[in-house]
Amino acid sequence: MGLEIESNMLNLEIAGISLRNPAILASGFLGISQAIFERIFDEGAGAVVSKSISKYPMEGFRNPTVVVLENKSYINAVGLSNPGHESFYEEVSTNDKVPLIVSLVGSDPSDFEVMTKKFNKSRIIGFEINLSCPHVQKLGMEVGDDPQMVKSIVKAAKSNTTKPVFVKVGIGNTNLIDISQTAINAGADGITAINTIRAMKISIDNFNPILSNKIGGLSGSSIKPIAIRCVYELSKKFSVPIIGCGGVSNWEDALEFMIAGATSFQLGTAMGFDGMSIFNSINSGILKYLKKKGYQSVKELIGRSHKY
Amino acid sequence: MADHTNTDILRFVRIKKVIEETPTIRTIVFEDEYSIASMPGQFLMVWIPPIEELPMSVGIENVESCKFAAVTVRKYGIGSTALYHKQVGDLIGIRGPYGNCFSVPENLRNALLIGGGTGLVPLVRLFSNLLHDQIQASLIMGARTKDEILFEHKVQELLADNNLSDTAAFSTDDGTYGFNGSTVDLAESILVSKKFEIMYTCGPELMMKGVQKLGERFSIPVEASLERYMKCAIGICGSCCINDKLVCRDGTIFDSMNLKQLTEFGFSYRDKSGRPSYFVS
Repeated sequence: MGLEIESNMLNLEIAGISLRNPAILASGFLGISQAIFERIFDEGAGAVVSKSISKYPMEGFRNPTVVVLENKSYINAVGLSNPGHESFYEEVSTNDKVPLIVSLVGSDPSDFEVMTKKFNKSRIIGFEINLSCPHVQKLGMEVGDDPQMVKSIVKAAKSNTTKPVFVKVGIGNTNLIDISQTAINAGADGITAINTIRAMKISIDNFNPILSNKIGGLSGSSIKPIAIRCVYELSKKFSVPIIGCGGVSNWEDALEFMIAGATSFQLGTAMGFDGMSIFNSINSGILKYLKKKGYQSVKELIGRSHKY
Repeated sequence: MADHTNTDILRFVRIKKVIEETPTIRTIVFEDEYSIASMPGQFLMVWIPPIEELPMSVGIENVESCKFAAVTVRKYGIGSTALYHKQVGDLIGIRGPYGNCFSVPENLRNALLIGGGTGLVPLVRLFSNLLHDQIQASLIMGARTKDEILFEHKVQELLADNNLSDTAAFSTDDGTYGFNGSTVDLAESILVSKKFEIMYTCGPELMMKGVQKLGERFSIPVEASLERYMKCAIGICGSCCINDKLVCRDGTIFDSMNLKQLTEFGFSYRDKSGRPSYFVS
């Protein structure tokens, strides 16, 4: 681990949380094991978001659950596999060093009430509500497309925890700005944008959709321009912090998100190509850029595109 | 234009041959240049459309004096049974090879290989390589019962080709063939009178845990090929984690130093949801 990542120039705050740097592990990647969380933190991540945790354990879909595409992108339909909130509560009970955000998924407000109440006792820094998983019925996007449900869920979460609650939105049937507005009105402390986008891969050799679930979510470089646009629009409209997510593969991508208006950024897909060391290399790249351009802090870059 | 050099991208292969190994195990042979170039211990993700995708150790088979790639499968679950029933001419999808491989230290003089069941796939490949490099390798092959001994014919051919006769030994849990007992017990009986520089193992986890303990007792380095429930094989999903390691990307081979730190080795694994389950000895 290089010393660069400890630079004050990378420090920032999101919704009252202090982070040593803006590079956050996105939900859905590697996120079920405390030992892995600690390793990712040691590899340089500023914070870590868990896999989306549901009230009860979920096994997810049968393989193939991930398809690799040619342009640094994946389509996945893992199916929200997770150990359930009680087991995961035990898993993170030893956490004393990782800035951990627990991602939650559920189908009605009472799920979120139970889970936020439980994890409010954990040593975690906040929650991210997954309203945008595009490939599991009755969860994620299907909930996120229902404004009344979004309102009730965010309120249920907020009323049971003192920790910040972020809401992860995606490209669904409902307008991204409208659903974010609903979440913010209900008390959301920030917005993570965007989740994967519904997508498919079909074999021309045997005509089969490759994923066992047929439809999955597209992540990686392919969705970056869309994610940049979403972050730009959201950050221009709202004053709460926006966490950019979607196709960060290197420090240039990361900076683009911040200049578009993101307070920090998440990544995951790129780890499949470059391993966990990508956190350190992105932070190093950002730091070199800051020094070269004469900036004192990465915070100076947030939303710099807005005035043009 | 498709990128045919990115081995993460699914490619299709047509089955060239199916070998009946035991009443429950078959070897599926196909052409694939990337698999041929793989090292013992590496694995492929094999898609049996549209049923399942499974991690399988890459084997090598000689057919009419040409090298072909192969996977050896025991019919067990839905996916492995579907693969077992595939026939010559059928298409399967593959990606990889993935993972690291058994390491062979420079100037290695001898080695003890201990394998059980389909864990013998990488070990017999390694055994062949070691013999080719003039390293004195001894192989212990375990099975539940005589009919389930895997690759005996192949190993006997290897021994004959190298003018060896007694460096492979068999053990069966029910005593119907070879040593009556576990591979670990057989290894122990050999280690009492002979010193080895390294032990390689692949098979049921509690067997490998036994080999690790033998390694500690006799001060012999061990390399073990671990298995965990696997989804992506590319280091992003976390399903295959063991402590802070990912079996798909950091393994599947772990050495003594790593094995010692992996407190979950031989103790616990995660089910499909990620909840810990425990090995029962």
